[in-house]
Amino acid sequence: MGQAAAKANGKHTAEAGKEELLQYYRDMLLIRRFEERAGQLYGMGLIGGFCHLYIGQEAVVVGMQAALKEGDQVITAYRDHGHMLAAGMTANGVMAELTGRSGGYSKGKGGSMHMFSIEKAFYGGHGIVGAQVSLGTGLAFANYYRGDGKVCLTYFGDGAANQGQVYESFNMAALWKLPVVYIVENNQYAMGTSIQRSSSETHLYKRGVSFNIPGEEVDGMDVIAVREAGKRAVERARAGEGPYLLEMKTYRYRGHSMSDPAKYRTKEEVEEQKAKHDPIEHVKKLLIDAGHATEDGLKEIDRDIRGVVSASAEFAQESPEPDPSELLTDVYIDA
Amino acid sequence: MTQILMPALSPTMEEGNLAKWLVKVGDKIEPGQVIAEIETDKATMEVEAVDEGTVTELLVQEGAQGVKVNTPIAVLDGAVAAAPPRQETKQAEKPAAREKATKQEQPTRISTPTPQPEVEAPAGTQTLKLTVRDALRDAMAEEMRRDESVFLMGEEVAQYQGAYKVSRGLLDEFGPKRVVDTPITEHGFAGLGVGAAMAGLKPIVEFMTWNFGMQAIDHIINSAAKTLYMSGGQIKSSIVFRGPNGAAARVAAQHSQDYSSWYSHIPGLIVIAPYDAADAKGLLKAAIRNPNPVVFLEHEMLYGVEFEVPDVPDWIVPIGKAKVRRVGANVTITAHSRMVGLALKAAEQLAEQGIDAEVIDLRTLRPLDSATIIESVKKTNRIVTVEEGWAQSGVGAEIAARVTSEAFDYLDAPPTRVHQVDAPLAYAANLEALALPNVDKIVDAVKAVTYR
Repeated sequence: MGQAAAKANGKHTAEAGKEELLQYYRDMLLIRRFEERAGQLYGMGLIGGFCHLYIGQEAVVVGMQAALKEGDQVITAYRDHGHMLAAGMTANGVMAELTGRSGGYSKGKGGSMHMFSIEKAFYGGHGIVGAQVSLGTGLAFANYYRGDGKVCLTYFGDGAANQGQVYESFNMAALWKLPVVYIVENNQYAMGTSIQRSSSETHLYKRGVSFNIPGEEVDGMDVIAVREAGKRAVERARAGEGPYLLEMKTYRYRGHSMSDPAKYRTKEEVEEQKAKHDPIEHVKKLLIDAGHATEDGLKEIDRDIRGVVSASAEFAQESPEPDPSELLTDVYIDA
Repeated sequence: MTQILMPALSPTMEEGNLAKWLVKVGDKIEPGQVIAEIETDKATMEVEAVDEGTVTELLVQEGAQGVKVNTPIAVLDGAVAAAPPRQETKQAEKPAAREKATKQEQPTRISTPTPQPEVEAPAGTQTLKLTVRDALRDAMAEEMRRDESVFLMGEEVAQYQGAYKVSRGLLDEFGPKRVVDTPITEHGFAGLGVGAAMAGLKPIVEFMTWNFGMQAIDHIINSAAKTLYMSGGQIKSSIVFRGPNGAAARVAAQHSQDYSSWYSHIPGLIVIAPYDAADAKGLLKAAIRNPNPVVFLEHEMLYGVEFEVPDVPDWIVPIGKAKVRRVGANVTITAHSRMVGLALKAAEQLAEQGIDAEVIDLRTLRPLDSATIIESVKKTNRIVTVEEGWAQSGVGAEIAARVTSEAFDYLDAPPTRVHQVDAPLAYAANLEALALPNVDKIVDAVKAVTYR
């Protein structure tokens, strides 16, 4: 189907068909329900340590994933559950990693911030702010080295946007025209510090200018706008024209991590985002307005997804803890 | 019927106060809806519903203090069946473990790298004279010819032929895609190298000196050394970080540091510090082939020194094996990198004074070849460790600990360390000389442990 992106008043609008919209609805809802359940399991003490929820930002990963081809890589920081589910990793494997069980993607040795799936080309899951940007640039270097036509999506937050290695990586990516798309998920708060208090230039899409990396601002709450911008950037990178920077204006509903009460922003601000910009409600409205789905039909999807998430929570509690012998495996590969 | 439990807001929270109910009995609630506010000594947080349903009972009153985590606080009458059609769920959600099983066989993943068996050049093997510099270059060239996925990157490695001319000729032979000049951006290109390794390439990342590598230490440790473990064995980083380490001459404190003990502290890394050209070549080739991240510590003062190197087509030296460079009966001296030369000179002087020293070249610092050291100490009953770096938490400290715990009854004197004095390295020629280990200091330490 035709999806020519029309540019109107700086905002991209595009079409999406019924099946696509239903898929986006399903994928975003899976992330939302998964994260809610993760929050609950955290509250019950079944998930420990740090746990950063993605609620509110779902349109970014679902839209970007729709712009990829099989084999394209994805790498991100530690707010990563949404990226993994969007990449096709199973809810069971992710949830069981959150509970530190052997059925998790890292056999329970990585936790919320450290999961990987070579099969789904998901390369983590990194806990040091900004480190994934250099690593993602390296994944793209491998694509360029092999000439295999793959593109790497490298995500980072508005907080990481002030790390030096981000710009070291931008420089090399542009210099060697590496097939990488940088996606800043600007949820406006680096932990508790608002972007206005942390960044001299708050339009983060401009951060590539001195490296000749073009950038654009995207409504990260609109999955179709994300997908269209993603397609342009990915195709450009695939064609060997070098990196591209997409600034996704988005919003996290929850605190930075589970233990953050988010007192640095007003209730009204959060409520306004939920009421007026919710990415899932947006697609729901598109589906219903176009007659693609009914309230009841969507409730059915909702139920299915709740079933998947409940099953993952069950799996994550039933899956055994890693065997004590795992303590000393995976430190080295035997040569 | 579903119970709502008192949630924990942080890993350390055990109880909290129920500050406020935002729902009452009879209310219908949706997933994500805020139903209550709870507070701890640190924060006030909202509790969101996960399930939908109707509130049938509030078990804990508003204002209740010290409610233990996981205490039921409310009851929901679930309007919607939570259990999904099982079959569908199972199809859509296979466990990660099963997904992994379909992948190709994984290599064995272990806690300590197994030392490879010692391979000596066959008797009668010809040798040729080679500087350490050219031995390192030959090692890289041979491995790059052998494996397309090996490439070299770093500052001035290509057109300039290497800041210390170690990569001379490689650009001509392999071209700019495989011999990559980087900007001065250690943190960035080390991270880029690790990313390329995660994708299956085998990068050799050259630091102009290891002093600059400190800018990249986060990627060496957090990204390269830990990812195999954090990924449950999925993601490997076959990468070599190499360059000159330690003090050159008169370059002052920031350009003169020995990182031996820093990197040898880290599980997941292999750390190699060769002395002569044969080991430089054979160990670098082994490092490039090794599937783990390797820190390869060279020495600028050795680059121009010539040694005999076996003239065989594929000279490999096993990782994890020390080498007894001089057999002796009275005292064991351990050393690595440039210090091996000083230890051998000291042994000659000591021999003239009737003390027969055994000199062990550690070659690999992690995994450390304890067995060779312990065996030697059981014979000599005395040990002096020599390293260019500082004493505290150093290589010598580690060896002393192992010897005292594994060969305590054999010791006739306390293990003694020769090392750099406990200060940043000075520029002034006299102070620099005073700070670093030298032959006299080694001789004195040996005399002390032999009570001479």
